[in-house]
Amino acid sequence: MGLLDQEFTEGNIVIAKTEDLFNWARLSSLWQVGFGLACCAIEMMATSASHYDFDRFGVIPRPSPRQSDVIIISGTVTLKMAIRVKRLYEQMPDPKYVISMGSCANCGGPYWEHGYHVLKGVDRVIPVDVYVPGCPPRPEALLEGLLKLQEKIRNESIVKKSA
Amino acid sequence: MKTAEEIFNLLKAKFGDSIIELKSNKPIDSFILVDPLEVDKICLFLREEKDLQFDSLMNLSGVDDANGEKVKDEKGLETIQGGTLSVYYHLESTSLKHKLTLKASTSREKPEVVTVTESWKCADWHEREAYDMYGIIFINHPDLRRILMPYDWEFGYPLRKDYKNPEFYQGMKVPY
Repeated sequence: MGLLDQEFTEGNIVIAKTEDLFNWARLSSLWQVGFGLACCAIEMMATSASHYDFDRFGVIPRPSPRQSDVIIISGTVTLKMAIRVKRLYEQMPDPKYVISMGSCANCGGPYWEHGYHVLKGVDRVIPVDVYVPGCPPRPEALLEGLLKLQEKIRNESIVKKSA
Repeated sequence: MKTAEEIFNLLKAKFGDSIIELKSNKPIDSFILVDPLEVDKICLFLREEKDLQFDSLMNLSGVDDANGEKVKDEKGLETIQGGTLSVYYHLESTSLKHKLTLKASTSREKPEVVTVTESWKCADWHEREAYDMYGIIFINHPDLRRILMPYDWEFGYPLRKDYKNPEFYQGMKVPY
């Protein structure tokens, strides 16, 4: 399935399916929307920084949803913010992916019962591809979530978006 | 530096019936119960008086005392009728190093307290928060609107003890 499986010996020519080429291109430079919501965002920033280096997977924060591929919902989604999150998601061009990071974004987390202001899971407003558990998840967990998303994209078909 | 008793006597001499009571039940800090419609004048005096100089409003918070009568309406929902909502003021003098707590209680049905933004600018957002969470109206406030909840939140004041969360907000399901 790898892109470079069938390399010609004479060099400079690679044969691949467009599907594989597109998927490879997409999964190798996932630009994330440069935004964070709560304490999970601190871990997300730590993941971007030199110790964990998100950039080695092609992930860089892009300060515009219109040029981003993935949105990481990193933190508590309040009802007030949910409307804005949805608008950000809608401004992203297809194909677009969503990583829900941490308990709050997954299901409301500690606010599940008495959080009058919290949306109990961001999947109530936008479709989520990968859920990363934790409160907050460690950078390793977020990296794992990203690898899962890459795996999903790698197996996408050009006629049917699976992720 | 002055004790709460000394400050109480000073205020009582100046404002009379507007200063209702000094409550000291140790180990809690003693506080002075004041008239909610006179609190602006009292605070201005506390700030300006040479021997008091309360130049800092450390905190201002609303409280639902929940001391009214619990009533079930026709839908079986419990509401509280009567009783009071209160505002606490924690003051400090950074020059004279003394502190004071004020409490202004107002009725739950018509909760009105005069703003203290004239004395301390920082009261502005604190009062907006108390309004947002408890529905306490601050008379003469320069910009009284919600600060934390969405501006179009029409389901009441979330920190009141008889608050009920809505099923939906803008098409989003709210309960777990």
